Amino acid sequence: MNWDAIQSGLPGYLDGAWLTLQLLGASLSIGLIAALPLALLRASANPWARQPVWAFTYVIRGTPMLVQLFLIYYGLAQFSAVRESALWPWLSEAWFCAVLAFGLNTCAYTVEIFAGCITATPRGEIEAARALGLSRAQLHRRILLPSALRRALPAYSNEVIMMLHGTSLASIVTLLDLTGAAREVNSRFYAPFEAFLTAAVFYLALTFLLVGLFHLAERRFLTHLRPRMT
Amino acid sequence: MNMNDIATLTEAPGTPTPALPPQGGGSGTATSAVAKLAVTDIHKRFGAAEVLKGISLTANAGDVISLIGSSGSGKSTFLRCINLLEQPNAGTIALNGETLTLTRDRDGSLKAADAKQLQRLRARVTMVFQHFNLWAHMTALENVIEAPVQVLGLSKDAAIARGEALLARVGVAHRKDHYPAHLSGGEQQRVAIARALAMDPEVMLFDEPTSALDPELVGEVLKVMRDLAREGRTMIVVTHEMGFAREVSNHVVFLHKGLIEEEGDPREVLARPRSERLRQFLAGSLK
Repeated sequence: MNWDAIQSGLPGYLDGAWLTLQLLGASLSIGLIAALPLALLRASANPWARQPVWAFTYVIRGTPMLVQLFLIYYGLAQFSAVRESALWPWLSEAWFCAVLAFGLNTCAYTVEIFAGCITATPRGEIEAARALGLSRAQLHRRILLPSALRRALPAYSNEVIMMLHGTSLASIVTLLDLTGAAREVNSRFYAPFEAFLTAAVFYLALTFLLVGLFHLAERRFLTHLRPRMT
Repeated sequence: MNMNDIATLTEAPGTPTPALPPQGGGSGTATSAVAKLAVTDIHKRFGAAEVLKGISLTANAGDVISLIGSSGSGKSTFLRCINLLEQPNAGTIALNGETLTLTRDRDGSLKAADAKQLQRLRARVTMVFQHFNLWAHMTALENVIEAPVQVLGLSKDAAIARGEALLARVGVAHRKDHYPAHLSGGEQQRVAIARALAMDPEVMLFDEPTSALDPELVGEVLKVMRDLAREGRTMIVVTHEMGFAREVSNHVVFLHKGLIEEEGDPREVLARPRSERLRQFLAGSLK
């Protein structure tokens, strides 16, 4: 075991972990904010609202995230219209392209998770809200979404962990995230086992942290689904 | 709606609920002569099957009306047409003389022309369901205060005070912070009754409120309903409990194949049924 390689790489790993968390946070925020309205459309009875969203999630979930990242980062640069557009300063940035690809990806999966939970809301609870005079907006804000989002927590926590691991693709488009840091250490010391094992330990620790946070959230928000305590 | 109304919920039995003035847009007839709830000539089709073939019902203040009939007779569908959870194909609904404005939906059934007017009607004609339909992510107390705060605009403190009083009244005050899944069926239904009561409704609709309960839990729910009837609540109850229909209601309606086959004073109708169908139904129910 080459401990020196690990030790001298540590600052790089810490910077990498920070970038990994930034990528994760940015893409999850984008995904989550966009997923809420899209999930409502996806769960709508109106096919004109439902089907475009279905097509979006089908395409995104049906293609590898790495391919999407390549399309955005390398592919778009091929067109002069893109290079001359106002978006170019953004689209030529690896960081922005990675967040865009990851955000689209987690958005598509989150839409499906949320829409499934919205559709699975017991009909009777919706009828009770209508029968007591709640408006459509109140029904959504007070009953449908709070109930569905709580039930979505376990599946969403999985999605967050998958995204944490998915951000390792950023290292392929030049970014020095955790995996990027490991590649650096490997190329300097030619110690691939040590380099990637250290990255794995960092990922494991981050996963542990996230699982713990979601565990707390589930205790707080899913008490009503737990078996009765006696 | 103000907090004085809570007094009528807890006052001595026999006190009739004071009639609230009808809201704007009514037909303008004198309030004293107007029925609390008047539903006329309700028709309802599911595809080709006509399940309601013209049913009318009038409830005056303090009436307790039992709707009985075999399953498939249309009694639950009729009840659900009153607050438009089911869209009838024809008919009118009026509360305190204010007729609900209806318009044709694309599928030919009727829907409310004015969503606000429908919400107002629903806030004053509340419903208790067979399967309780409590909101699973809210505690018992949160279930009870939700609509008063959101729909009536009651302050949270006032709603909590009202909600706690009502939960105590139906005997589940000690369960106020429990979630529905942690309550027995009888407790859930009593919370649901408190939730419907918290709106201080003019009419309460009960859709087979004891049918989903274990036999030993039926009594506790019926007792609450008896108390409500005794204090002068206007109630329309779809039920299989012949004892309740006979002893508590002052009017019983027997539905058969989407039509009213027989109706009247329960002691009269249930003791001396005129139609063969009601005789058969009563012989089969044996209660």
